Amino acid sequence: MELDVAKLKEEWVGKEFDAREFEISREAAIEFALACGESDPRFTDPDDDDFQAPKTFVAQFMGGRIFPETLSPLMRSGHPFDAGKRVEPHAPIRAGDRLVGRSQIHDIYEKTGRSGPMLFLVHRMTFTNQNDALVSIVDWRMVVRNFRG
Amino acid sequence: MATHAFEDLEVGEEFSVKPDASMSAVRRFTSAARMTFGRFNDHEEARKEGLPGAILPGIMCQGLLVATIHRWARGCEIGSIDTVFRAPVRVDSEPTCRLVVTDCDEKRRTVDLDLTIVNEAGETPVMGTATLRL
Repeated sequence: MELDVAKLKEEWVGKEFDAREFEISREAAIEFALACGESDPRFTDPDDDDFQAPKTFVAQFMGGRIFPETLSPLMRSGHPFDAGKRVEPHAPIRAGDRLVGRSQIHDIYEKTGRSGPMLFLVHRMTFTNQNDALVSIVDWRMVVRNFRG
Repeated sequence: MATHAFEDLEVGEEFSVKPDASMSAVRRFTSAARMTFGRFNDHEEARKEGLPGAILPGIMCQGLLVATIHRWARGCEIGSIDTVFRAPVRVDSEPTCRLVVTDCDEKRRTVDLDLTIVNEAGETPVMGTATLRL
């Protein structure tokens, strides 16, 4: 059965399907930074006046559901893999901040590669802090090879 | 304030770093990010999953590139970073993180970069772009 990508887009793109809270740990933020070889004291020294979590720290966070329930069988029908992440920081994330990450499907599209058709789902998490300020947007591109519609 | 002056930049300028992709660095990262899966932390477990050995998490690769940007221009503000994971980066390998300046916008004082992680075989398992403000 052929997959109707236009219909899937109409059904899911832009609709929030999950929201989850995250607390920012000072220790985890420093360890994340140091493990990546970070040298800027803003991210490694808790005594720095502008100490904050690394810019891509929130890329690790997952919602309670990775995809809407009705898309999960499609994701499992083929060989899914993580094709990349885009992070757009908007404001510093500080130790102790309580963030809310809201998930939506940002885009769905199909491409044909050497190994056949591939379905791309772009999962967007929008993070706001305890003051309701936008702090970061993370787009996660998930690809499914050999999927079945 | 950024240590790299905007006025000194040139399109085509390059910078590279040899990051630490050792098992101890990866275990430190995965512990902080709560990603303590065998495919990242144990060569044998990774082989059982059909991988050639343990691999770096994609978001650690992204973090290595961010750290490279900050080594090149400490204090800069990253407006966005987009990374494409084309192939695994192996734990205990010796990759190189590279950046190249591809555009400078004098009005907005923003800089566009191409980013790559290159392995010992000269392949590019991770590539991406970033926009920053100096």
